[in-house]
Amino acid sequence: MIPPAFEYLRPQTIPEAIAFLQQYGDEAKILSGGQSLIPMMKFRLARPGYLIDINRIPGLSYIKEEDGYLKIGGLTREADLENSSLIHSKYPIILDTARVIADPQVRNMATLAGNLAHGDPANDHPATMLALGARVVAVGPQGERVLPIESFFVTLFTTELQHDEIVSEIRIPVPPPGSGGAYLKLERKVGDFATAGVAAQVIVGSGGICQQVGIGLTNVGATPIKARKAEESLCGKKLDETTIAQAAQLAADEAEPSSDLRGPAEYKRGLVKELTLRALARAYERAGK
Amino acid sequence: MAKKQLVQIKVNGRNREAMVEPRLLLVHFIRGIPGLTGTHVGCDTTHCGACTVLLDGKTVKSCTMFAVQADGCELLTVEGLMQNGKLHPLQEGFKEEHGLQCGFCTPGMLISSYALLSKNENPSEEEIRWGISGNLCRCTGYQNIVKAVQYAAGKMEQGGKDDLPNIA
Amino acid sequence: MICRTSPEVGGMGHSIKRKEDLRFIQGKGNYVDDVNLPDMVYGHMVRSPYAHARLKGINTENAKQLPGVLTVITGEDLAKANLAWMPTLFFDKQMVLATGKVLFQSQEVAFVVAEDPYIAADAAELVEVDYEELPVLVDPHKALDPDAPILRDDREDKSNHIFHWEVGDRAATDKVFEDAEVKAKVHAVFQRCHPAPLETCGCVADHNAATGRLTIYLTSQAPHAHRTLFAIVGGIPENNIRVISPDIGGGFGNKVPIYPGYVCAVVASLTLGRPVKWIETRSENLQSTGFARDYHMTAELAATQDGKIQAMRVKTLADHGAFNAAAQPTKFPAGLFSICTGAYDYPTAFCEVDGVYTNKAPGGIAYRCSFRVTEAAYLIERAVDVLAQELKTDPVELRRKNFISPEKFPYKSPLGWSYDSGDYDAAMKVALDTIGYDALRKEQQEKRAKGELMGIGISSFVEVVGAGPAHTFDIAGIKMFDSCEIRIHPTGKAMCRMGTKSQGQGHETTYAQIVAQELGIPAADVTVEEGDTDTAPYGLGTYASRSTPVSGAATAMAARKIRDKAKKIAAHLLECSEEDLDWEPGKFFVKGAPSKAKTIQDIAFAAYTNMPEGMEAGLEAVDYYDPPNLTFPFGTYICVVDIDKGTGEVKVRRFVAVDDCGNIINPMIVEGQIHGGLTEGLAIAFMQQIGYDENGNVQGGTFMDYLLPTAVETPHWETGKTCTPSPHHPFGAKGVGESPNVGSPAAFVNAVVDALSHLGVKHIDMPIAPWKVWNILKEKGAVN
Ligand SMILES: Cc1cc2nc3c(=O)[nH]c(=O)nc-3n(C[C@H](O)[C@H](O)[C@H](O)COP(=O)(O)OP(=O)(O)OC[C@H]3O[C@@H](n4cnc5c(N)ncnc54)[C@H](O)[C@@H]3O)c2cc1C
Ligand code: FES
Ligand code: FES
Repeated sequence: MIPPAFEYLRPQTIPEAIAFLQQYGDEAKILSGGQSLIPMMKFRLARPGYLIDINRIPGLSYIKEEDGYLKIGGLTREADLENSSLIHSKYPIILDTARVIADPQVRNMATLAGNLAHGDPANDHPATMLALGARVVAVGPQGERVLPIESFFVTLFTTELQHDEIVSEIRIPVPPPGSGGAYLKLERKVGDFATAGVAAQVIVGSGGICQQVGIGLTNVGATPIKARKAEESLCGKKLDETTIAQAAQLAADEAEPSSDLRGPAEYKRGLVKELTLRALARAYERAGK
Repeated sequence: MAKKQLVQIKVNGRNREAMVEPRLLLVHFIRGIPGLTGTHVGCDTTHCGACTVLLDGKTVKSCTMFAVQADGCELLTVEGLMQNGKLHPLQEGFKEEHGLQCGFCTPGMLISSYALLSKNENPSEEEIRWGISGNLCRCTGYQNIVKAVQYAAGKMEQGGKDDLPNIA
Repeated sequence: MICRTSPEVGGMGHSIKRKEDLRFIQGKGNYVDDVNLPDMVYGHMVRSPYAHARLKGINTENAKQLPGVLTVITGEDLAKANLAWMPTLFFDKQMVLATGKVLFQSQEVAFVVAEDPYIAADAAELVEVDYEELPVLVDPHKALDPDAPILRDDREDKSNHIFHWEVGDRAATDKVFEDAEVKAKVHAVFQRCHPAPLETCGCVADHNAATGRLTIYLTSQAPHAHRTLFAIVGGIPENNIRVISPDIGGGFGNKVPIYPGYVCAVVASLTLGRPVKWIETRSENLQSTGFARDYHMTAELAATQDGKIQAMRVKTLADHGAFNAAAQPTKFPAGLFSICTGAYDYPTAFCEVDGVYTNKAPGGIAYRCSFRVTEAAYLIERAVDVLAQELKTDPVELRRKNFISPEKFPYKSPLGWSYDSGDYDAAMKVALDTIGYDALRKEQQEKRAKGELMGIGISSFVEVVGAGPAHTFDIAGIKMFDSCEIRIHPTGKAMCRMGTKSQGQGHETTYAQIVAQELGIPAADVTVEEGDTDTAPYGLGTYASRSTPVSGAATAMAARKIRDKAKKIAAHLLECSEEDLDWEPGKFFVKGAPSKAKTIQDIAFAAYTNMPEGMEAGLEAVDYYDPPNLTFPFGTYICVVDIDKGTGEVKVRRFVAVDDCGNIINPMIVEGQIHGGLTEGLAIAFMQQIGYDENGNVQGGTFMDYLLPTAVETPHWETGKTCTPSPHHPFGAKGVGESPNVGSPAAFVNAVVDALSHLGVKHIDMPIAPWKVWNILKEKGAVN
């Protein structure tokens, strides 16, 4: 399959990239890992007139803790996350997520920022970032905005990002002791998008009381879903079989799946429940370690 | 038609350059400009991995990248695996362990396996299966590919790292 | 099997490494898309977005205006040359480019040719087609309803019914069922699948106006037959056509038919006088080229209370899509489906099949299968399990009780086949021992008590392959013999040319091994060439596991002809009479005086330098082999699955495959074929389906939704074998490439159903996706 023609621009700095975005307006698109955009162009579902390749902008690829945040650069790839010792030791939920995205080759190119910016509810990181309470740093002509992830996803393929903004960083509050998280996804095969996926992050205090909890759902609605009722039901409670089961049911109720080749809506709802159970159990277990 | 741009890519150690349309897919550059037809197209949708090449040391699906993106980069394709007239242990392994049938997936499989072994000298069966999970094979059922990679891992352990071509 | 040659010679039974691999592992294969000719141009197909629509007009002007576009061909253009339609392989015709209306989504509507594939793709978007949508027929069960739209108004018969075919004794069968103590019934749909070889279809058509010759590089499993069809359809003298089937990236039946794209490329090359390349995209491959299966089957078994099967009754609806493009021997509208009585001994059966048209892609090809044998094996093996459930007996026990016993061969099946040889219980025993059947059943009991789900599935399949005897088997009129030509060069090296065409089966190695076995010339010294119709002897090609049974036999027979001549030369060289000579692979020697010997290499040299008086020079032979019967490979497969109740996921824990394909040429290659076939079986059972929505839109038209398993989903296969040679084949072989694909779907499904059988589940249609299992569990109250 052959993509339609376009002009190719390769800025060396963020301001240069933003200038291109302003110059070409709606006709321009940022090219990051290209693993969502290029397949769409080959199907001729996306036909940008100008591709602004940000891959050569230096200094955008990093994973570090700073000022109470885990900071992930705008060009950090899935493979970087998979290989990072910091992610391995402190953020197993992110490792869970990166590992089940697509396949090794795609992960070598695909970026976390692109995964969020694409606004696809089938992507896996949104749920995890919702669970973690992440912030998206967007740089535009007016400077930097820090967008809370909770309001980042607007509708299918639409986010809070303006067309002349670039995601330069993702920030995640460094989890305090007693934190644990997990992401679970059911896929039809490796490389497939989720039939459903659930991310859960908990902070467990003394006596096993849940102080904070984040639950995000993948591919069961027009946008990634933050399961607020489920979260609320657990806050201040002891995490045990009953409370977890209750939360799982609430998460399932909050899902808005539709029937498709991956299964009927009813099944996906059931899956959300089951995966929430398991994700919370694993998150709790990890919190103890 | 968009205006053509100069692209320079070092393919298997040789500089190749051409004026290309920005939309030229990397796989078509490889197959067309240096005429290296070992890199195949099997799916168009980034699923099969038959087009896998090593770009600056990392595997990518060359059907999901534009040649202009690889400007100034180094590429290893299946044709670059053989060094000084000697088969790479992986190539040997695929032959010895019957790791191929129609051969269409083989170039991509070899490159993915190559990348895997550069990161993990002695992968388990499970690790190999995950390592080649971006490459579809319709003929072998993968089992002998796993054996082929294990064969190569064994060979390279004996022979040391010298067996790895230092292209990427 | 006795291995008579040394490993250096590498005759039958040796796992010698494949000769073809050297080029593939270096990226030096030569697949059709690698063929680049000077001045070549590129074709791109415009396809219908609708499943059923009237064509009101096509405007190609804008496309033609695009710089670099050379021509745009439409159905109207082809009609002028009487080429708008072409015959299918099964008494039907198919539109090359649509005229009047389109009958399935992705049907070929126009063919754009441009200087470069990128321009061709752009131009294809500029072709404007005006459609008027018509009511769509998707469900084959509704095809014969009085209010169903009639799809094929080109046909005289204004009905969507294509054929009715029946075999067996209806009355006798009905009678047995009336009186039967126990009956079992299963309605099983074998879903529409696509072979999806990793390389799509394509061609380069090169008409040379100066010589008048047309060379077609073609992804063809049957190059000779294709040459003949091009000659007949295109009116081109056959001597002016050369089909070259280069390396093929997998076929599995997909590359047997002739597709519109090929014809368009040929027409374009004839018109433009330039080579035209046309390579399908994956979506085009999945959405428009030969699908397989789509059999909607009902099987019933009648049995006695103590578990003796008495009769089988089968009724099947076959969905052939818009054109009956089944690639099948002409006397068999439902292929060899009547092998459906299976490995069991009972006298009475009846089977009927009705074929219908729907608004779907045409086909009905033999996907890694000998013409509907996969459907048949699946059906009987499912039905036997359902019967075991009715009888509350162990499925293994039921099978063993009913197997045709070894002394009954050749066995006449109730639907007319003559099974050549078999020892079904032997294969069953090896499989049971390997997997540890009794322990597994015990484990299952324990697990059930704990509420966990595991299942064990058995499939004891029989295949019928190697078509076929010329008196009954032909494709488009051409008898299904096959051929081999062997030339021994003066230095004792050999060249072998075949009527078949490997798509990964390793022919360059296995045929060489047959020559090594028969003549003692080391396999390394034998070059096998296939796929060039200018040089190879005529043959019907490779599909339906026929290469070893038919061309392999031809190779042995040609070698034997050479040996006969070699004997005469040896007698001449050794100055004795032929009767005084004995043969061992590689040499003739004087009986009782083994040192007085002439090697085949000596003899080859003499054939050109010192032949007996009156003898023609040279040492070559051709054989066109017409098999006296088909061969009947068989085996027992056992699968163990665990089911995750929470998600409905099925995990294949173990899979043991015991195959009996008679004598084996190369055990390594046979094992590889089995691994591959099992993996396709896994895909069919759990993942693969070309579905359609109610508007006839293809679901599963890319690898995003047509799911091929990766290495991660694929289990570690365990293989075993028994060996029951074919009595009528020159070296006792039966063919194996398809058995695992034929035998395994039932084993997977039986395992899943077994895991749920205590809940009263008797059948689940493939592909068994997690949601199907979960729905059942929910319905049965096994999850909340
Ligand atoms: C076969 C296959 C399977 C896949 N499976 C999964 C899966 O299971 N789960 C999953 O989560 N994803 C999956 N993906 C998608 C993959 O992770 C994508 O790469 C990812 O969604 C987008 O990241 P990218 O860097 O490739 O973005 P691109 O494709 O380059 O861009 C995507 C969109 O985001 C915009 N964009 C990109 N970067 C920025 C930025 N820094 N600032 C502003 N806008 C930006 C682009 O303009 C574009 O509109 C799959 C992809 C493929 C090809
Ligand atoms: S052709 Fe690139 S992944 Fe299939
Ligand atoms: S060997 Fe044929 S696809 Fe892998």
